[in-house]
Amino acid sequence: MEYEVNGTTIEADEEGYITNLGEWTNDLAGVIATAEEIDMTEEHWAVVNFLREYYEEYQIAPAVRVLIKSIKKSLGKEVGNNKYMYELFPYGPAKQACKIAGLPKPTGCI
Amino acid sequence: MEDDVKKFLYVNRKAPYGTIYALESLEVVLIGAAFDQDVSLAFLDDGVFQLTKSQDTKEIGVKNFSPTFRALGDYEVTKLYVEKESLDERGLTLDDLQEITWEDEDDDYEEKPSIRIVTRAEMADVMADQDVILSF
Repeated sequence: MEYEVNGTTIEADEEGYITNLGEWTNDLAGVIATAEEIDMTEEHWAVVNFLREYYEEYQIAPAVRVLIKSIKKSLGKEVGNNKYMYELFPYGPAKQACKIAGLPKPTGCI
Repeated sequence: MEDDVKKFLYVNRKAPYGTIYALESLEVVLIGAAFDQDVSLAFLDDGVFQLTKSQDTKEIGVKNFSPTFRALGDYEVTKLYVEKESLDERGLTLDDLQEITWEDEDDDYEEKPSIRIVTRAEMADVMADQDVILSF
């Protein structure tokens, strides 16, 4: 599949993860979020930005367990808990947030 | 620890690039970490090169996955045994390896080193102590 952003076509795989990580922009994140039926709030952005920083540092997208633990540490337990994270990203925080963040599907995510 | 927790050791003997073994091993470790087992990694022979710092893969056109070793602490993988003889034979010391730490939640999140240099004889004991050994 592919996304249209400001007249540019961005390639993605059949599940919607973009092919070239370098093509990611904030605008693209908004387009992917819309396709995922997610209304981006400040908390959504915080998670997406966290994921991008994690990937930048470690070259992997963290497993959901690791993601929630790390978010709890950096943003507090109001955001960093299973229930709230699934409210933000109903189809799985790691899976959906990574897609919006322009990262590959998390390792071990089936 | 619960009774059904087994000790898993992933043995890494190959250089990081040129074959897929090193990367595959690391991916299996990350996936396996979800199963709450007692996981250790061993690095011997050319496998010790996997942990060297300042790796640059630009010219060979593959991803440099060495930063991912530093994420292992988040996955509760905190024991990376490196064989001293293998380092010596390659002219390497602990200083040539990247710093890998884990945060001890039970000790005020203190950062503790994950890499443990062991002799060949100690490595044999580490192996003898495992329930499952996977070799890459």
